[in-house]
Amino acid sequence: MRIPPRFTQHGAIALLGGGTLVTVIILVFIVVFVLEKGLPVLSLSFLFSNPEEMGRAGGIFPTLIGTIVLPLLAILIATPLGLGTSVYLTEYTRESRITKVIRFGTDCLAGIPSIIFGLFGFIFFVTTLGMGWSILSGGLTLAFMILPTIIRTSEEAIKAVPKSYRDVSFSLGATRWQTVRRVILPNALPGILTGVMLGIGRSIGETAAVIFTAGSSLRLPSSIFDSTRTMAVHFYILAREGISSENAYGTAAALIIAVLLVNLTAYWLMHWFISRRS
Amino acid sequence: MTSKFHIQDLSVYFHGINVIQHLSLQIPDKEILGIIGPASSGKTTFLRVLNRMNELEQGSRVEGRVLMDGEDIYRSECDPVKLRKRVGMVFALPVPLPMSIYDNIVYGPTLAGASNRHRLDELVEKSLKDAFLWEEVKDRLKTSGLRLSGGQQQRLCLARVLAMQPEVILLDEPCSGLDPISTTKIEEALTKLKQDYTIILVTNNTKQAARISDNTAFFLMGQLIEIGPTDRIFTAPREKTTNDYVTGRFG
Amino acid sequence: MKLLGEKGVQKILLVTAFSAISALLLIALFIIKEGLPFLITYGLGDFLLSSDWQPQSGKFGILPMVAASLWVTLGAMIVGAPLGVAGAIFLSEFAPRPVMRVIKPTIELLAAIPSVVYGFIGVMVLAPLIRSSLGGPGLSLLAASIILGIMILPTIISISIDSILAVPQSYREGSLALGATVWQTIHMVTIRAARSGIIASIILGMGRAIGETMAVIMVAGNAVKIPRSALDSVRSLTANIALEMSYATGLHREALFATGVILFVVIITLNSIAILAIRKRVGKR
Repeated sequence: MRIPPRFTQHGAIALLGGGTLVTVIILVFIVVFVLEKGLPVLSLSFLFSNPEEMGRAGGIFPTLIGTIVLPLLAILIATPLGLGTSVYLTEYTRESRITKVIRFGTDCLAGIPSIIFGLFGFIFFVTTLGMGWSILSGGLTLAFMILPTIIRTSEEAIKAVPKSYRDVSFSLGATRWQTVRRVILPNALPGILTGVMLGIGRSIGETAAVIFTAGSSLRLPSSIFDSTRTMAVHFYILAREGISSENAYGTAAALIIAVLLVNLTAYWLMHWFISRRS
Repeated sequence: MTSKFHIQDLSVYFHGINVIQHLSLQIPDKEILGIIGPASSGKTTFLRVLNRMNELEQGSRVEGRVLMDGEDIYRSECDPVKLRKRVGMVFALPVPLPMSIYDNIVYGPTLAGASNRHRLDELVEKSLKDAFLWEEVKDRLKTSGLRLSGGQQQRLCLARVLAMQPEVILLDEPCSGLDPISTTKIEEALTKLKQDYTIILVTNNTKQAARISDNTAFFLMGQLIEIGPTDRIFTAPREKTTNDYVTGRFG
Repeated sequence: MKLLGEKGVQKILLVTAFSAISALLLIALFIIKEGLPFLITYGLGDFLLSSDWQPQSGKFGILPMVAASLWVTLGAMIVGAPLGVAGAIFLSEFAPRPVMRVIKPTIELLAAIPSVVYGFIGVMVLAPLIRSSLGGPGLSLLAASIILGIMILPTIISISIDSILAVPQSYREGSLALGATVWQTIHMVTIRAARSGIIASIILGMGRAIGETMAVIMVAGNAVKIPRSALDSVRSLTANIALEMSYATGLHREALFATGVILFVVIITLNSIAILAIRKRVGKR
């Protein structure tokens, strides 16, 4: 007996909708759970005072500094490189074997797991180049990690600038670089910033790559050659060593809020960018 | 009558396809040349040869000589960037850059190195006056160029070209999307400007060519069929195809 | 910048354009440099197929970890793929467009949650649940599969939605005009057309599952033995590297790098397949 298509459709909708609901509930639950247990711990003194007894008590200030400085260094390195790549790919060459190779390299880089970046950063920056466990090693490693993100989003942003703008600029006697600098980049800026924000967001949550390159010192770093601990690393250590469940939740809450804020900014920028276009 | 341009045996290829075939003509200085012809006859391609904009397209190739003031603009010593400062272009669709009216007009000059604020202000005023747009925008030079109406935007584009103080102005169907009043204003501006500039106007509207151009060239499928004084082209053309086109038998 | 001139600028940009491929080559070079000698001397077969992992005695058989990684990934696919594809279909074909436009970014946002947080939830919520209802230590293959499955949901959903939306409306209209219901159109026409994108998203998710480290360390238990049931404690290849790297020296360290080489090769291969599939679709459009 063949079930009438109408019923299968209803069944399908119920099943699919149920599945979607489960997904959304799980994801929301995770955020709510952490925030519920962590927000009470999160106070200004928690954020700004130093940890005591290896994190059993006290605050997480040095990790806050680490969480700000490391992504910052990564962005400072990755953005010029990534932007240069996307400008070159879109404005200075035509599609060729070289561009295909560059794109393939970018895609591959994007898929490498963070533990491999950690291993690489350790053997290359920390050991071979002798930088030791430091903000410098960590920042450079993170820069490699977020490079593909920057390249992809800025390429999208640059491609979205209308071709007619380029025609007009050239017809007025502008050189290619002048056109890029005066017309294309300013117009692609929101999209580029979105990529930057996404890169920052990824860096903030990164753990495996950071532990093996920036170390996990709880001391306040005084130079880029010092080791530092980020909130993500601190949270991981607190949780695994079972040091302080309370502080772990507090750190996790801070982490989630930071990541969500950064990504929300990225989305807001993207929407503003799209609405300006149309 | 001196020639501004002397084109000798010009052929243009796009990805191997021959879009302009063995074109030769002379373009008089400080006069308006109208170029008419049906779609895909190579009019726009020809225009873009004159300021070397066709090089921006992949797969384009040019053969023959294009002499401006006696010198081939395609020789290797000739810098396209410098050429485009002397030969300006207004496109079919008005494209104000996403900046203020003032910044649109000074874009070209500042790239070339102009920086004296006072002189720039004067340049903006003169260009807008010559484009018959000054009265309408003089109080809002800092507002975005995108806020203007279609006709105003096109005149802004003309003013932008004038600010470069070129020798030649190329226009590619500039009035195609505009209302009759804006069209009239632009035609008025061009008629006045020809005293100081060589103007080459591609148009799909034969009546427009009849109205304002001194000489008219008729292009068909990549070839120059006939060129001569506008009066003669429209009343007593030498070629039958020209006659058929201007009387509307095909188009 | 004026000093450089146009040619100078172009050269500089060309150099930056090679940064990504240079980084990739550098990473490959150093990982292989550290790990390949070990593989050659110890032997790939012994490395992969022996379950004897005792670094102190010079025994480096990673079979338990290989098994763990395979099972955990399989488990993650079983959890994540159906849920993800179901969600993608529902959101793109049945849910009203405004609802999709809110939920899709929300899911993508939740993808940004750090993996350590997912792992933590696994430890605090999921593992006790498994222990009390199904027995065993709680920190297990099952826990890792579930957590990983949840972690890759946003990837699968997001890319699948994009693939489904890319199917031309004319396909759907053609089917409906022949009297098919919406659901029949979906599973007989639309999904078939979006198939390569959906599969690509699953492969990418698989790559992510294999490469995940922190969450797995926290919930899988980390025992070095081949799992006999889903409730057993396991240690993945990535967990093994992360846990032992801090104190490994000499041959032990090289063995860990060798593990890295294997992971690197597997994931690059997987991702290349997925990327080729996705880029081919975009090219067709």
